[in-house]
Amino acid sequence: MKQFALAGNPNCGKTTLFNLLTGSTAYVGNWPGVTVDKKVGTYKKGAEPVQIVDLPGIYSLSPYTPEEVISRNFILEEKPACVINIVDATNLERNLYLTTQLMEIDVPLIIALNMMDAVEKSGDVIDAKLLEEKIGLPVVKISALKGTGIKELMDRAISISQKPREGVTVLRDSAIAHLVQDVNIALRAQNVEAPLFHAVKLSEMDEIETQMHPELVKMVDEFKSTFKDDTFGNDLEAVVADARYKYISANYSTAYTHKGAKGEKLTKSDKADKVLTHRIWGIPIFIVILFAIFHLTFSEDFLYISAIAGGLPSLEELGMDTENAGVMLLACFYDGAVFSPGVILTNLLNWLLEWINVLAEMACANAPAWVGSFVIDGILGGVFAVLGFIPQILTLFLFFSILEDTGYMARIAFILDRIFRKFGLSGRAFMPMVMGFGCSLPAMINTRTLADDKERTSTVRVIPFFSCGAKLPILTAVAGAIVAYFGVGNADVITMCMYLLGICTAIVTVILMRSTTMRGEVPPFIMELPAYHAPRFQSLMVHLWDKTKHYVKKAFTIILASTIVIWFLSSFNWSWQFLINEDGDNLRMNESILGSIGMLIQPLFTPLGFGSQLGVEFGWVFAVAAITGLVAKENVIATFGSLAAVIVGSLIATEDGVSEVTAMIQGTGIGIPGLISFIAFNMLTIPCFAACATARAELPKGKFKWTLLFWLATSYVVSMAIYLIGSWWWTCFIFIAAAAAAVALIVLWNKKHPMKKETVSATVGLDEAALDEAAVTREEKK
Amino acid sequence: MQKLLEEFVPGEKGVIVAVAGEGRVRRRLFDMGVTPGAEVIMRKKAPLGDPIEITLRGYELTLRKTEAACVTMEVKKK
Repeated sequence: MKQFALAGNPNCGKTTLFNLLTGSTAYVGNWPGVTVDKKVGTYKKGAEPVQIVDLPGIYSLSPYTPEEVISRNFILEEKPACVINIVDATNLERNLYLTTQLMEIDVPLIIALNMMDAVEKSGDVIDAKLLEEKIGLPVVKISALKGTGIKELMDRAISISQKPREGVTVLRDSAIAHLVQDVNIALRAQNVEAPLFHAVKLSEMDEIETQMHPELVKMVDEFKSTFKDDTFGNDLEAVVADARYKYISANYSTAYTHKGAKGEKLTKSDKADKVLTHRIWGIPIFIVILFAIFHLTFSEDFLYISAIAGGLPSLEELGMDTENAGVMLLACFYDGAVFSPGVILTNLLNWLLEWINVLAEMACANAPAWVGSFVIDGILGGVFAVLGFIPQILTLFLFFSILEDTGYMARIAFILDRIFRKFGLSGRAFMPMVMGFGCSLPAMINTRTLADDKERTSTVRVIPFFSCGAKLPILTAVAGAIVAYFGVGNADVITMCMYLLGICTAIVTVILMRSTTMRGEVPPFIMELPAYHAPRFQSLMVHLWDKTKHYVKKAFTIILASTIVIWFLSSFNWSWQFLINEDGDNLRMNESILGSIGMLIQPLFTPLGFGSQLGVEFGWVFAVAAITGLVAKENVIATFGSLAAVIVGSLIATEDGVSEVTAMIQGTGIGIPGLISFIAFNMLTIPCFAACATARAELPKGKFKWTLLFWLATSYVVSMAIYLIGSWWWTCFIFIAAAAAAVALIVLWNKKHPMKKETVSATVGLDEAALDEAAVTREEKK
Repeated sequence: MQKLLEEFVPGEKGVIVAVAGEGRVRRRLFDMGVTPGAEVIMRKKAPLGDPIEITLRGYELTLRKTEAACVTMEVKKK
């Protein structure tokens, strides 16, 4: 099958065209640079089926960003039968800049003038015939949104893919035409493929090319020593970029006739922007929008109706039978307060899952006890724990997709960049971080919008510190128990403080990483701000479906496997006896394999206040709870529930988990510092399996194991500090001294080893990435 | 009159004369169309004073002041 590649600027409608051609459900967003990995689909409506590859959106073929290197290597090495260059017709000049680079490669090339509907609507005219003549390549007017011109585009693309095309350059009249010509001849003599492209890039002293053809660098250097341009001196990279734009303005821009005075009149988008990025109102509006999103997703008191009314009666208080199926369904929407849409969806799903659970229990009624437990606690319990998150994750995602699709997300980065630069990040890092308060999974996936690899790695690593929805029950249960048992403080204040602790830890560790292992310049913030437009229903749904698929797939693979392992370890003892009694309660968890592992690792937590000092009898439960928390953080309190049973003698399960924790306090004699340290540890340590799987997929190769270590180390150090300072206040001097020493060491080290030039290190890293990429595509071909 | 893009106030117009800086930042500026001869309108500053938003070659671009300091402009009178 022939392979066609789609190349173009970010946000030029490339992914929309891809979806139209392939009928696939690739995600479309209104944020420059959404497509990071390339997507593949098939076009079946032509004379022959064609494979379509959607390359990442790029502005240039420079060696500086991973997207550009991926696209460049794909076209050069995989040699698609044709490259379809999508050009945003409303922004002709900048889009054609990439075209002038693509046309230098020896590959059939066709230009799709997209967004013609928007151009015609504004009354402007583009002479496609004239443009085609000037460029010397086929030009087809299309509108991916309206679906016009697609047939003609594909027919012409298929016809030009029959015969090879030799590259041409717009630099033939420029000052360095001679150099390009000479290098071209030298490369041709070596039988290099696409010699013209390599010749131009070599003339620019492109990092990738100079490594590939070191023997020709001398030629360029010699030329440089004699060359002197009036404006640029002998900076050939600048000469080339300038020549391209000059050529475009002189030759191609004439094809575009503007009707009105461009840039003078205020469009709807400009008016919206005036309000949304207002000097004074910009930030308050942003905070309100953010708050509204979280309220709609997570609030159990929609619009604060119940709080305003001074408390509404619960269904039980209204005299309804809460065991009745209809009332249970009603309770998904209202129970003492109207729930927000996100909570309603969660309740409905859990209601449904509850029924599946009941059916499963009935089906397993006659099977041996361990089979029933395996199905219900091992398989269903684990999968439901993950599926149960879906409604809220999706609701949160829906809102963030709307922000992204309308173009507001790019403005948030614009508004907040100033603050984030202080931590060595750019404004784009904000969104993934704040999404972390909802759930780490979508947050980690969202880091794809970060251009810089080091920035992205640092961000993925600190996302779990923004305490997610599933960690909240741990906070409220432990805080509640502290207040109930010790009679000190206020549960809400403790919870708030823990959230703050997470944020502070994130800030400190980001600064730490950016000055040690993730050292690098603050990434440049030179970003296109796309025009606002109304969100498109179809693209939102496509986006959501994509995310759901991704997530469900994970729930049934890695997460299922790990929950089964934990179930096995906690339900059996070393002599393979099944420990769970007929009622399904695990009252003998202390004898289980997991229990003995807990006892074994218990001493490790001694410096954290929940280790050996709590005694061997029950002290290990905190260690075990931390392990089960890896499956899903809800398990921490659930584990307390079944372990508290060992202490109290019967199972306790309360909605808020306070009595479970209180029982644990009674059983182990743990103090307040130890409890706070325990919350902090669970909040900052390795997140749930689902988040780990996502982090692994999103991080660059080889970074995941260090990330696990980073999470462990951070949580360990912070919890130890809390416990020790909480128990013996004077130990704070030790921590302050240690911190000061660490800072001094880092500063001294960084002074001694000044940063290498960013471009060099970036290119070396990219080279590896490029090689990996090539290997992957080759395997796919096989 | 010449001055740096960084010093522009919202509404001011000009033509790019030279682009300084090095490596990645400079190349990125070129690739985004910030090359000598291009016409620029300064649109606004972000609420915290930085970064800035400009209109260039018919689209909106945002960049930080440190990056705008690399760009020398010839101011156009209104």
